[in-house]
Amino acid sequence: MKAAVQQRTITKEDAFFEYLLRLADDRLILGHRLSEWCGHGPVLEEDIALANVALDYIGHAASLYEYAAKIEGKDRDRDDLVYFRNDVEYRNIKMVELPKGDYGFTIARQFLFSSYSYFLYDNLRNTADEQFGGMISKHFKEIKYHLRHSREWVLRLGDGTKESHNRIQNAFNELWTYTGEFFYQDEIDDLLMDEGLGVDISAFESEWKTLVTDVLKEATLEIPDFDQFMASGGREGLHTEHLGHLLAEMQHLRRSYPDAVWE
Amino acid sequence: MRDLERCYNLYRKEILNQVQDDENFNLLEIMSNKNKSKPNKNDTQGKLWEVFTQGRNGKPFEHAGSLHAPDGEKALENARDVYTRRNEAVNLWVVPSDAIIASKPEDEESFFDPSKDKPYRHPQFYHPPRVTKRRRS
Repeated sequence: MKAAVQQRTITKEDAFFEYLLRLADDRLILGHRLSEWCGHGPVLEEDIALANVALDYIGHAASLYEYAAKIEGKDRDRDDLVYFRNDVEYRNIKMVELPKGDYGFTIARQFLFSSYSYFLYDNLRNTADEQFGGMISKHFKEIKYHLRHSREWVLRLGDGTKESHNRIQNAFNELWTYTGEFFYQDEIDDLLMDEGLGVDISAFESEWKTLVTDVLKEATLEIPDFDQFMASGGREGLHTEHLGHLLAEMQHLRRSYPDAVWE
Repeated sequence: MRDLERCYNLYRKEILNQVQDDENFNLLEIMSNKNKSKPNKNDTQGKLWEVFTQGRNGKPFEHAGSLHAPDGEKALENARDVYTRRNEAVNLWVVPSDAIIASKPEDEESFFDPSKDKPYRHPQFYHPPRVTKRRRS
């Protein structure tokens, strides 16, 4: 890995493009998954809350894609990136593409992802790129709310009824193997760190674990084993079977009518 | 009340085929029990809360609407998501709906009618001196 950096097999622009794509894909796919709750939320208020969060993610993704397309400089726009890439070209982690499951599963995933995003964005605010930094700072405010919203629900479901406790415990047990990908790093990250654009994700891994452990404990939940087998491959385009179905639904209209416009 | 009582006893006699003079019979108690709202077991939405939003610092809080939530903290979050999506507020209050003591429709006469024929309570009858008017403008 280090050798690749020294030889500079990838340009700074290519690496930055890939970096932005990873961030954006996580948020777009999770936003799409969350949007599936629209009209199906457990109560009206929560339905609106989840749709709000979904829209936040899609908004974050939209501005990241727009910037990524600009950095790439190949005359693609954000719609090209979203609608005309296949699953193997998507760079999101596997956790975000898993089906929405029950409400406990959705909340458990929201909490894990929001707490991770919290630390990631907090660190990324110091990036050397002004436009990227501005974006991150703006989105960080919303991420703080996502964390608050999901944390409060974890506490209530965990320390709620026997049924809610069991459901969210099962959800955390099932999701745990997908948390390893949060901290995946390769030569892209190394190069971005060298340029002062990206951050060392492993630097806040223990902080993230402490936060998650504290909240799960407070919610009377058992902490799954951090050292278990961890799923991998999402950042390299190796996905679960679920992403293809999600993309088929999301992309089919645009691909069937590529020239369609909003009017 | 007598008539009601008589009706009720008649009803019992005819339908339930019971004796008229039941010493334990107390219409008032039955009426009040009947009016007592029973918790709906099918309602899993949580308690009802009233939401008040403040548009700008220093402005009064205004009633925005109501919502369901299991507790105060969640009510506050729900209020944020339901009532402040379009930049409506800089502050929020949530209050349990049952904490509000409200006037009843039947109070309208005694509460509000008396002020209807007292126009002198409005400030229109007071003419500020021209000097102060000019100074103010």
